[in-house]
Amino acid sequence: MAERNQPADVRPELIRSTDVEDFQKITGREEQWRFTPLRRLAGLHDGTFTPGGLITRDLQAPAGVTGETVTDADPRVGTVLIPFDRVSAQAWSSAPDAYVLSVPTGAELTEPIRLTVSGAGGRDAAAFGHTVIDVGRGAEASVVLDHRGTVSYADNVEISVGDNAGLMLVSIQDWDGDAVHVQHQKIRLGRDARLRHIVVTLGGSLVRLSTTVEYADRGGDAELLGLYFADTGQHQEHRLVVEHTVPDCRSRVEYRGALQGDEAHAVWVGDVIIRAGATGTDTYELNRNLVLTEGARADSIPNLEIETGEVVGAGHASATGRFDDEQLFYLMSRGIPEHDARRLVVRGFFAGLLARIGDESVSGPLMEAVEARLAKGPN
Amino acid sequence: MATLDIRDLHVSVGTGEEEKEILKGVDLTISAGQTHAIMGPNGSGKSTLAYSVAGHPKYKVTQGSVTLDGEDVLSMTVDERARAGLFLAMQYPVEVPGVSMSNFLRSAATATRGEAPKIRTWVKEMKTAMDVLGMDPAFAERNVNEGFSGGEKKRHEILQLSLLKPAIAILDETDSGLDVDALRAVAEGVNRVSAAGDVGVLLITHYTRILRYITPDFVHVFVDGRIAEEGGPELADRLEADGYERFLKAPA
Ligand SMILES: Nc1ncnc2c1ncn2[C@@H]1O[C@H](COP(=O)(O)OP(=O)(O)O)[C@@H](O)[C@H]1O
Ligand SMILES: [Mg+2]
Repeated sequence: MAERNQPADVRPELIRSTDVEDFQKITGREEQWRFTPLRRLAGLHDGTFTPGGLITRDLQAPAGVTGETVTDADPRVGTVLIPFDRVSAQAWSSAPDAYVLSVPTGAELTEPIRLTVSGAGGRDAAAFGHTVIDVGRGAEASVVLDHRGTVSYADNVEISVGDNAGLMLVSIQDWDGDAVHVQHQKIRLGRDARLRHIVVTLGGSLVRLSTTVEYADRGGDAELLGLYFADTGQHQEHRLVVEHTVPDCRSRVEYRGALQGDEAHAVWVGDVIIRAGATGTDTYELNRNLVLTEGARADSIPNLEIETGEVVGAGHASATGRFDDEQLFYLMSRGIPEHDARRLVVRGFFAGLLARIGDESVSGPLMEAVEARLAKGPN
Repeated sequence: MATLDIRDLHVSVGTGEEEKEILKGVDLTISAGQTHAIMGPNGSGKSTLAYSVAGHPKYKVTQGSVTLDGEDVLSMTVDERARAGLFLAMQYPVEVPGVSMSNFLRSAATATRGEAPKIRTWVKEMKTAMDVLGMDPAFAERNVNEGFSGGEKKRHEILQLSLLKPAIAILDETDSGLDVDALRAVAEGVNRVSAAGDVGVLLITHYTRILRYITPDFVHVFVDGRIAEEGGPELADRLEADGYERFLKAPA
């Protein structure tokens, strides 16, 4: 796609550009990349990728919702997201087109929109994408964005939730075992807009999701929930930035992850920034990990940066628990087979989070997907 | 009629240099319908015996056999032993965060019975069993043992005993740390299970207190990893009066 640049900033993390060359080469020593196994990125980060991956989109949507493929000349492209790192810029410049999903102003959808993104070609075939989700003023919508298949995929997703609108977005990464996925999602909330954002990461060899939320005006309310299950050899990285720049907005972040098997690695980084002007901010972020076996590792880094004392609340917490041999012995000593014992523990761990989704038609299938993963393992 | 047969059981803990023999040849036979009490001083190896029969990975059987109706218990996994009919009420029940009591109990009942109990009868069964033990129904929604008091944990163990209906139940110091009311509730729970079914009970205890409520058919005195003396209920009375001194002083 064509280039769009904002004036370059001196601090590398503040650079916004669609040009890959505006960004430094990634070495793996950067704070943002130090957890990511670059060797397994299939060259998405340094231009050595092999093209040829195939992405197909399938949209199921109620009447009134439109899904269309556009060029980047479309004014809706680039309004919310301009790439802020090299992979994101690569996705921008290599994406063949952009897909725009629009919910018209005032529409009240009773059925969820399902956008299924299927990849093909395997991990040695790269594909790139760009998606715009535009929820008009006063609209109410649920979107299930479901990623499956196998490919090396880098993409950008920009989401605009209009004034007084409400969006529930469920983003599912149920990739096959060798898929690589690096995604940047950026969400902008209008005045009094509500977002419920649910990330479910189950599959893939390497999944790295960056989610950024910003508020365009007062009264925005973002609830960001995440559930991940990393099995043998999987790397799952979730990075969140919630930037409060305007007064009286709220954010809640809660990610829960379970890990099992050798080299299962989960990384969670949650940055909440409250700028000086964002008085009346109410925020809390929490990450909980449950490590089910030896050999699995969870890194969890919550950050809270506050430039004003006039907040309603600001807090963060992180906790990593272990399912230990004594717990396993206790459950098994009641006749419960080892596999069922682990499932019982994981189910209980996630149930509390899924209950917060509220909509059984959404949470039910998610629990089933988790259980299917537990039953079949990483591939 | 179920019989648990323990023959010349030797058990060690630790590894290599640190390995230490705790059980030094235990012989014991428990049949359904009987209640046995094992009494012994702290550190004599009572819990080691209980955990070894249940299959805790920490304990290594170096010699001897354990069979249930002739089946080799020692070659079974922990869950297989439970499904074969063994139950251990633990001295220190384990907290399992994230798992609700109701899910746990239902999973355990499903596993030991071989099929899931019907929801409606199950809810009733659980409620009745909790009622009998003086447990608040609200416990069903709490996480397994999490934040339970010592007495609540022990009641929960007996609740499981009454729901899982094992062939042989080993109760490891279920009486310790209980106040009189809790002790009575727990003892009544055990007696009810004994009266209702064909269960063999092995009651491990440090004190004679619980034997006022549960009358054993056999008493075994356990000292330094083996049974030092056996008798009927009267042996417990003598221990009450004399303590374990006599056994501890006995030459090796
Ligand atoms: N993991 C272990 N490592 C070393 N010694 C142990 C271990 N577990 C138990 N023991 C020892 O084994 C002995 C018997 O313990 P236990 O079976 O708990 O006795 P009881 O239940 O009769 O009080 C004690 O001396 C105890 O310190
Ligand atoms: Mg003990």
